Amino acid sequence: MAETETETEGTPVKGNGNGRAARLLPPPLRRPGKPGSNGSGGSARVVEGAKDAPADLLAWLDERTSATAFLTGSLYRKVPKGTNWLYTLGSATLFAFVVQAVTGVFLAMYYTPSTIEAYDSITNLTNNVFMGEFVRGMHKWGASVMVILVFVHMARTFFVGAYKYPRELNWIIGVVLLILTMVMGFTGYLLPFDQRSYWATIVGVNINGTGPIVGPFLSDFLRAGPEFSQTTLSRFYSIHMMMVPGAIIALIGAHLYLVVKQGTTAPPWVRADTKPKSSRAEKV
Amino acid sequence: MAEPGTDNNTEADGSDGPPEMKPAGYFEGESMTRRKAFTVASQAIGGVAGAVVILPALGFAVAPVFERPEEIWQAVGTVDDFPADTYTSVVITIVEGIGEAGKSTAYVRRGTEELGESPDEFIAISSRCAHLGCPVRYFEAAANFICPCHGGVYGFEGEVLGGPPPRPLDRFQTRLAGDVVELGPRFSVTSQLEPVRARDPGEFTGGIWEYLYPPRPSTAPAP
Repeated sequence: MAETETETEGTPVKGNGNGRAARLLPPPLRRPGKPGSNGSGGSARVVEGAKDAPADLLAWLDERTSATAFLTGSLYRKVPKGTNWLYTLGSATLFAFVVQAVTGVFLAMYYTPSTIEAYDSITNLTNNVFMGEFVRGMHKWGASVMVILVFVHMARTFFVGAYKYPRELNWIIGVVLLILTMVMGFTGYLLPFDQRSYWATIVGVNINGTGPIVGPFLSDFLRAGPEFSQTTLSRFYSIHMMMVPGAIIALIGAHLYLVVKQGTTAPPWVRADTKPKSSRAEKV
Repeated sequence: MAEPGTDNNTEADGSDGPPEMKPAGYFEGESMTRRKAFTVASQAIGGVAGAVVILPALGFAVAPVFERPEEIWQAVGTVDDFPADTYTSVVITIVEGIGEAGKSTAYVRRGTEELGESPDEFIAISSRCAHLGCPVRYFEAAANFICPCHGGVYGFEGEVLGGPPPRPLDRFQTRLAGDVVELGPRFSVTSQLEPVRARDPGEFTGGIWEYLYPPRPSTAPAP
């Protein structure tokens, strides 16, 4: 690229040196335009300028954030030979989480976390609110999809040995994310507050209580007392909607940072080329 | 490390490590530099500020574990409502103000000498299964309590006959106010039907289990 020296480092903005990124540079650094391209003003020039506006805006942002360098570095990184569709399961899980986050935020607009009103607010949300059944359905089925994807993602990591050095820490973070996903499933199950929610929570809290020594206190903590009460529902709502999602977002950030930092692994059945070039066609 | 001939500002002093830099204002025998003192001080202030926020919030969240709710005693009927040879179900309120979710069913009968009880006392069995808390039902034909969830079966006194329950059914304290039977706090029993402090379902009672599943401060003491 001839105009590289007029752009900030790592900026993939293409085009001649006169528009876009280069326009933000002080005049001495701009590349001189071709003869006749810039001289005659008029409406053509306005149209040209309007066409460049989005790129100019991006360039303005990029000059101040270096976001392009960061994004190209993390999204256009090299992956090893043998990388296949199974390596997209982590992204699929992330997408499932984003779906849960978005639909959950909107469900919270209609939900009332009160033992008296919770069930009615859910029925109203499902039956009366425009598209309510669809949004709630996405959240409900998306929850199952996310749990399944987490497990398949974990199985892929296990079977290709991607948990080994130096990626043990990412495996541990992933296990914590798995547990947090389970906590989301457990706490979210109570919120519709129908018979199944109520009894499943009673049983689930009591299963927590069977842990020796700490178990009884853990179930008291979950219930906020010796019996199921209004505080139990509020507590589950708070855990489901604020505490655990915050922790999940933070840990997904760490998880992704380590993936970008360390790169991904090749499947164990892919070996390094011993004969350069000639054997490439035989390997997948 | 200091290579001879390179343009270092510091002279190689013969030891392997890089020569120690003396900060401005250094004097012989000082124990802490100004920079170190400010680092420690700002970290300490940050730690205190964090603790001032986190510790009350944590205490706020776990406080209910250490608080005992007020005991509720409620009338469920007169002495004539509860014969000794079968159970009569009553619905009581365990937690007030939360509607149906705060209610529970108890099975009440008069004590009988055949089982070594006084005819003046009343037995109130909780319908909460000792396995994981599902509601059991009394089947009069079999004189058994049966749980629909995982198949727990209890005898006439709530003792375990079969299935997964780790201990007999819980009971409620009872008392008489004139002719009126009143139900009070819940308590658990051992396999010998001796009263102990209320446990959650799923927890064993008696013997070493009293230590593995310690009594919680949020429950009433055993009668």
